[in-house]
Amino acid sequence: MNDLLAIAIQVGVPLVLIVAALFIGTMLERKHYRSIDEREQTYGRIALLNGRHYPRNPAVAKSCFVSGSVVISYDYFKRFLAGLRMFFGGEVRSYVSLLDRGRREAILRMKEKCSDADLIVNLRIETSSISKGRKKNSPGTVEVFAYGTALWYSASGDG
Amino acid sequence: MLMTNIEEIPGKKIVEHYGLVTGSTVRAKHVGRDIMAGLKNLVGGELKGYTELLEDARRQARDRMVAQATELGANAIVNVRFNTSSIAQGASELYVYGTAVRVE
Repeated sequence: MNDLLAIAIQVGVPLVLIVAALFIGTMLERKHYRSIDEREQTYGRIALLNGRHYPRNPAVAKSCFVSGSVVISYDYFKRFLAGLRMFFGGEVRSYVSLLDRGRREAILRMKEKCSDADLIVNLRIETSSISKGRKKNSPGTVEVFAYGTALWYSASGDG
Repeated sequence: MLMTNIEEIPGKKIVEHYGLVTGSTVRAKHVGRDIMAGLKNLVGGELKGYTELLEDARRQARDRMVAQATELGANAIVNVRFNTSSIAQGASELYVYGTAVRVE
């Protein structure tokens, strides 16, 4: 009886965690994507360039360094999926969506700091893993940092 | 202090170069935040505590670079680059560097 209980706990607890993470994680991801889509519409006006050159006519009135960052982590369910994927190889789709969220969020946070700018040039996106998972080979937390130079073409902008 | 990550300050003329200025800091996360992050790890998503921690650290690195530039008599920094490296479990180094210049 005690053995059965021990097995039930050992199998049951991770299972409950996986199912809970699946529902809550998916819900949070949808909510986040909705908010990203909304804000991308709002700030779509600001063009992004990842080169150093920019249109010089009309003359630039003002420039400012801007940056945005976010730290994100994987949920328990995705970690489980990826664990399976590591066995068979191939694209780990569950992680792709998470990094996509992180990058878009970092860019949006950067744009929010200069909401009236006309252009952001020399955009750089840096992704770094800031902590490893508890188990070997398990991914940890990832930071995405986006930075660039915001330009204003008219003198009226003072953000 | 004007800052850009391109070679110039748009609309201004660079009159003097002072060379490389740098700033860095190494930060470790603390236990309280780690426990919260551990819980948040279950459902995934943003770990706000860590975002703040890194923003804070990066600001400090930037302030150190700006202080160095000010000491040299510069009023702008061009070609700013950021670098993050994980040097130990739970500790990151944030490094920022650029060229100190004086603009008219």
